[in-house]
Amino acid sequence: MKCQTVILELSNYLDAELDAATRAEIERHLTACEDCRIVVDTTRKTIEIFCGAEPLPLSEDVRDRLHSALAQRLRRRPS
Amino acid sequence: MTNPLPNKGSKAPAPGVIPGGDGEAQLVAAAQRGELAAFDELVRRYERRIFRLARNITQNREDAEDVMQEAFLKAYEHLGDFEGNSRFYTWLVRIAVNQGLMKLRKRRPNVLSLDEELETEDDVMPREVQDWGPSPEQRYQHSELAGILDEAIHSLEPGFRVVFQLRDIEELSTEDTARVLGLSTPAVKSRLLRARLKLRNKLNRLFRGSPPK
Repeated sequence: MKCQTVILELSNYLDAELDAATRAEIERHLTACEDCRIVVDTTRKTIEIFCGAEPLPLSEDVRDRLHSALAQRLRRRPS
Repeated sequence: MTNPLPNKGSKAPAPGVIPGGDGEAQLVAAAQRGELAAFDELVRRYERRIFRLARNITQNREDAEDVMQEAFLKAYEHLGDFEGNSRFYTWLVRIAVNQGLMKLRKRRPNVLSLDEELETEDDVMPREVQDWGPSPEQRYQHSELAGILDEAIHSLEPGFRVVFQLRDIEELSTEDTARVLGLSTPAVKSRLLRARLKLRNKLNRLFRGSPPK
């Protein structure tokens, strides 16, 4: 398997969406190819960092505007 | 040997928010009975994530505020249609994405062309390959890291950014992402791969090699 094929299958590999044979072939390649192993590891880390990043708190004025808009418009709704 | 990511369903949620957990079903049921306090609790629980999503779609704070407000209002108006077949948060994300895309198309019709061909074959291969060491994100303060991630994701083209946001941050399935964005499943997969590699390249410039002294 070529490095380019590993990269093209990278998302499917990380998302566990490959058949067993292709997966085994990629893992054999990763055992021998340090560059691809680093790309796989750092791409996985990239996803984990973004996924685990806590959203910044809303500023007070944004929160106030949201809650007053909702309060105003929801109160107006006919029950 | 390197391990794949855990399945989407088992991935850890962002700190401080547990979409789907902590009595969400009871809150949704109470909100469906008309209890505004329950709906307000759902808003407080998800406002930060929905605002981040809206800002990543619109790239504009003012538009993002409008989108967030409209998304919560629409969710409230249509609570009766929510049957609990998915997580409430996933349902809310779909509403927010639709509102965000509508806002973009209305205000700047040429900005977000989700169906255009974005990728070329030669942008796929990573050019710089260096290990990051363990926990490279811990070299930065929380707010500094947040700024780095914000800048990195905003530097992506909209067609990549929104796909990455929905698949990897909001954890929608490939099929849901395709449905919400009006793209084919192969297009979502292709953009997700390229978005991930582009973001890896951007973080690589900061994280590669030894930590700064």
